[in-house]
Amino acid sequence: MSQQAHAAPGGVRLAHHFDDLQQQHESAQLGMWAFMLTEILFFGGLFLCYIVYRNLYPEAWQLASHQLNVLMGGINTAVLICSSLTMALAIRTAQTGGGRIPQIAWLTLTLIFGMAFLVIKYFEYAEKFEHGLIPGPSFIDPSGHAAAVFGGEVRHARIFFSLYFMMTGLHAFHMIVGIGLMLWMMRCSWKGYFTPKNYDGLEMFGLYWHFVDVVWIFLFPLLYLLGAHATGAGGAH
Amino acid sequence: MSGDHKPHVVPISHYIGVFVALIVLTGATYWTALLDLGALNTPVAMTIAIVKALLVVLIFMHVKYSNKLIQTMAVASVLWLLIMFAFTGQDYLTRGWLGN
Repeated sequence: MSQQAHAAPGGVRLAHHFDDLQQQHESAQLGMWAFMLTEILFFGGLFLCYIVYRNLYPEAWQLASHQLNVLMGGINTAVLICSSLTMALAIRTAQTGGGRIPQIAWLTLTLIFGMAFLVIKYFEYAEKFEHGLIPGPSFIDPSGHAAAVFGGEVRHARIFFSLYFMMTGLHAFHMIVGIGLMLWMMRCSWKGYFTPKNYDGLEMFGLYWHFVDVVWIFLFPLLYLLGAHATGAGGAH
Repeated sequence: MSGDHKPHVVPISHYIGVFVALIVLTGATYWTALLDLGALNTPVAMTIAIVKALLVVLIFMHVKYSNKLIQTMAVASVLWLLIMFAFTGQDYLTRGWLGN
């Protein structure tokens, strides 16, 4: 550690190439935002695909969206908002020197919300598998469930489901990575790494977690709610 | 150069306020989706989503309290996204406008 960092007042970690903790903090923030800029464009490609195909096949989009489970999607939206709140409070605890037990408690709550999201997502995916709404050759099988539901729009609805699984799948993958990082952060919390002078690691992880929440904020109305007004009720069945 | 990092501590009441606003706006998204607003459904849903995203980015992600460089990065990320959408949209979304 003596080669990597030198102790600043208070015994907190300061990497040797930074003048002081403030500079170290701002550099970490800048690096994290540069990473998130690439993430936004990464997800942006899928959103762009969504815009183009929705513009081409609006009827199929409405029909296919109506097949998604609005109740489960809505609960998951609330679950992610809860997890963002507990994440913000975990960082606040580190900022105010609240000690490692409250830090770990807030992170544990965030972890539980994150896992609850994935469990609900699992049941949603399982429902789609049961109904044969999986993009692939069987989707357009004339005797299949999808053909019966979508009729002449079945090929276009398949594109919707390809995008649905890619977008929510990529989002869920980010959640899984986030849960892995969360366990690492809890270990760092346990070791007492995060103090009011240096809680950079936890704050950068928080930025990632909130970013994943923001992606879902856009996914929920774009994927789940297009067909909602068609019958005046949600697509849950 | 003693430059200790002094955290900007946001009051818990602010976090709770943002949380409540996000839940209420989620309800609003669902409720407005049940109404048939014709071509306005998506703009309304996106407006609510953008307000929600702004609340998360400004308060939860502390961009409101960050330095100008971070704020520029946050704006730039959206700007580049919009360039990608606009340049693709000017082709795909305008096909057929001339009656062909």
